[in-house]
Amino acid sequence: MTTTESEVRAYEPVIGVEIHVQLKTRTKMFCGCALSFGDEPNTHTCPVCLGHPGTLPVANAEAVHFALMIAMAFECEIAPRSIFHRKNYFYPDLPKGYQISQYDIPLARKGRLGDVRIHRVHMEEDAAKLIHTGSSGRIHGAETSLVDFNRGGTPLVEIVTEPDLRSPHQAAEFGRLLQATLRRMGVSDVNMEEGSLRVDANVSIRPAGTATLGTKAELKNMNSFRFLERGIAAEIARQEEIVHAGGEVEQETLHYDPQSGSLTSLRSKEEAHDYRYFPEPDLVPVAPTEEMLKRARDALPELPAARAERLERDLELPAETARLLAFRSELGDFFESAVESGDSGAEGGAVLATGQGNVRALANWTMNELPARIGDSDPAGTALKPAALAELVAMVESKQVSANAAKEVLDVLVAEGGSPAAVVEAKGLARAESGELVEIVDRAIADNTDAVEKIRAGKAQAIGAIVGAVMRETKGRADGGQVQRMISERLGA
Amino acid sequence: MSDELLGLSAAQQTAKIESGEVGAAEVFEYWRGRAARDDLNAYLWVADEVPGDPGSLPPIAVKDLFCVRGVPSQAGSRILEGYRPPYTATSVEKLENAGIRVLGKTNQDEFAMGSSNENSGFGPVQNPWDTTRVPGGSSGGSAAAVAAGTAPWAIGTDTGGSIRQPASLSGIVGLKPTYGAVSRYGMIAFASSLDQCGPLTRDVTDAAILLGHLQGRDPCDSTSIGIPGGVELPSAEHLDGLRFGVWGMHEPGLEPGVAEQVDATLAKIEELGGGVEEIELPNAKYGIPAYYVIAPAEASANLARYDGVRYGPRKGNGDLTALYEQSRHDGFGEEVRRRIMIGTYALSSGYYEAYYGTAQKVRTKIAEDLSAAFERVDFVVSPTSATVAFKLGERTQDPLAMYLSDYYTVPMPLAGIPAISIPCGLSEGLPVGFQIAGPAFSEPRILDAAHALEQRIGFDRVPVR
Repeated sequence: MTTTESEVRAYEPVIGVEIHVQLKTRTKMFCGCALSFGDEPNTHTCPVCLGHPGTLPVANAEAVHFALMIAMAFECEIAPRSIFHRKNYFYPDLPKGYQISQYDIPLARKGRLGDVRIHRVHMEEDAAKLIHTGSSGRIHGAETSLVDFNRGGTPLVEIVTEPDLRSPHQAAEFGRLLQATLRRMGVSDVNMEEGSLRVDANVSIRPAGTATLGTKAELKNMNSFRFLERGIAAEIARQEEIVHAGGEVEQETLHYDPQSGSLTSLRSKEEAHDYRYFPEPDLVPVAPTEEMLKRARDALPELPAARAERLERDLELPAETARLLAFRSELGDFFESAVESGDSGAEGGAVLATGQGNVRALANWTMNELPARIGDSDPAGTALKPAALAELVAMVESKQVSANAAKEVLDVLVAEGGSPAAVVEAKGLARAESGELVEIVDRAIADNTDAVEKIRAGKAQAIGAIVGAVMRETKGRADGGQVQRMISERLGA
Repeated sequence: MSDELLGLSAAQQTAKIESGEVGAAEVFEYWRGRAARDDLNAYLWVADEVPGDPGSLPPIAVKDLFCVRGVPSQAGSRILEGYRPPYTATSVEKLENAGIRVLGKTNQDEFAMGSSNENSGFGPVQNPWDTTRVPGGSSGGSAAAVAAGTAPWAIGTDTGGSIRQPASLSGIVGLKPTYGAVSRYGMIAFASSLDQCGPLTRDVTDAAILLGHLQGRDPCDSTSIGIPGGVELPSAEHLDGLRFGVWGMHEPGLEPGVAEQVDATLAKIEELGGGVEEIELPNAKYGIPAYYVIAPAEASANLARYDGVRYGPRKGNGDLTALYEQSRHDGFGEEVRRRIMIGTYALSSGYYEAYYGTAQKVRTKIAEDLSAAFERVDFVVSPTSATVAFKLGERTQDPLAMYLSDYYTVPMPLAGIPAISIPCGLSEGLPVGFQIAGPAFSEPRILDAAHALEQRIGFDRVPVR
């Protein structure tokens, strides 16, 4: 007997992704034009990237260097000689009538990133940008179509994974790891909204436990990882519905509209292009020398996955905390500088070194309080020094200053810099001393007889009114927990 | 002075400029006048005045497909009508830097596709030896201009014979260098893995001078290398100890009059101390079919950029597909359309291996044949063309007969090696060309051998007009 529910569970999604990354080189893939984004249209063009008669491409050495770095970051096998092909099709964004891309002998194969195997890494050039006027938003039916060739010829690296992903969430997480990794390497802006990182997903379903691959549909150009996750989920649901209804999934290319949540077909298998690939005769093979390989290897920084592992292992940070710091490498860098300032005995160092609690607290402050103040920008670009943050956190941990007061101090440090101790001093934010506090607590008890009555009558929550009075009086310098304990002791409650 | 220039080689004119007997501006103006009075349709554009700096050598006629900044460069095609490039080809720039100014742009088969110059979008060129005949192609305008004395020298391009065959049919010297010897940057492409720029000149010395200026590695062309050691002026007068392997003398299409002149030339080689032996190139007969797959395949992609969007005439009613179809239909001639169709088909999914893949294997085989031949001999020699210049219109209705015009010249570009055609005599009053091919980068040795032979042949280079 089969129920609908068990049938749903009987299928598993199989997902692979194809990712296009615009490289952050100085110039385009095959000519000397500068890369740009958002500049006046058609101001970064030359006879080569406009496809003028007689022009020839010359491969950008920096692009090859970046592509090699990417291949190494993914632990790929690098081809001793890879070649470029011409991919032929007519479109106004393609001035030569073909795209120069790598085909059957790509730069690198057989790598991995995290748990996902990388099928191949290859180089190609980006197309120009089309702007269609009119309601359709597409070239057919547009009143006018304009071409901006600034983007045409931007170096791209295409990364194709094996179909190793099994859920929409896993796909999005992989995307984030890849983005963090490339960002750390400094080879791309990896900005999905600006199109320097573009993700396509190949989605199919199959009976759970089987090894054959079902017919896949390709989801094109998702512009955020959230939409990627939702789009894949929608596509899995669509395919399950087809299969449950006794139908067969057809191979097609789909567009996911995040607004409506709908999937529309861009083209079916029958409409697929015959690109008539053949080896590009204008270019020589890419044959990396030992020197090129060494240069790429030496240029690789510690990558986020390895860093997360190290932070978790060496600093005993919780896995999620370590991952977040590693994925936003500018926060990770700031955090590690702060830790080092402690280790080296700089300001606050002696205190910080006393226990892992301080390191964890420092991690939490870096992850939560810094972004709350500076958004996505790099903390290194603010007046705050890593050592100052370390000292401030140490003061909180040793109860020299309350958490609330420390946040106020941090505001000042981010805006103006300086030492936490000096700011605490100047603003009178040091934690209230016990003697002073006793007086204030006694006064608050005397001033709030109603609340005292209620507490004695068993309404424990009435203590809040007295605590509040103490906190007001101390301007937040007192520790809430301590104040509560003192009140309870005095009232014998 | 002026009319004396007509009888001189470019090197001889250069000597007169250097000695102060004549000014460079005067030389330019003399040739400008001759070019402007061209009545063979050899020119598509002639400079309208002497440039501010007239250079230091005689000016040059340049095949239309070389891009020259601000000068019409249409590759003989209506689809590039009015196109004036924003840049200059490296080869032309090198000549300019050497003091050689552009005299004019010469007619050619459209996108260099043809062997008679009848495929030009701007009308055919006449052969100065007999104006009812073709000058050969695709560099027909350059060949006719040099032969007729409307240019002191010229450059063209050779893909399957487009320098050597018109040189042969027009009674001048034409050299196709090793692939990679000369930059292709700025040469409007026909078939990128075969195209090569080279000189068309009155004599071997002029060819050597031009090659010396043209050759060299160009950062704008990844496939360029230059000629290691450069090019010296040829001086050899003997062929002592050199071995010449002759092939293709038993082909059914070889005209007896051509065979006779070639045989006479072989005898002269022996008189000069060279050895002649017959050799086989077993796969040469597959050269034409392989060439007519590879060249159209590359051309089908190279010509995709002519879409009416960025330059050249734009046709159609505004719909994108109509724009492409109409612009390309109206802009391209029949032969170009035929080759785009052939090439597109040969690269199509399911046919690629059978056509393009097989053709590439044949290409390798032919290169191996030639390498094997060079183990035994120094040069591989043959007629350049099986026939003398044929009649205008004679082969236009029979593409296959036209394609076979390149039978003797196609194997060398397929193998990437250099070859020269020098005039070796007349048959029925029309010039016969003798082809000398050598291993890659052997241009200096080829030029030396051709020079010695040229002296011995003593060809009378001026057509009777």
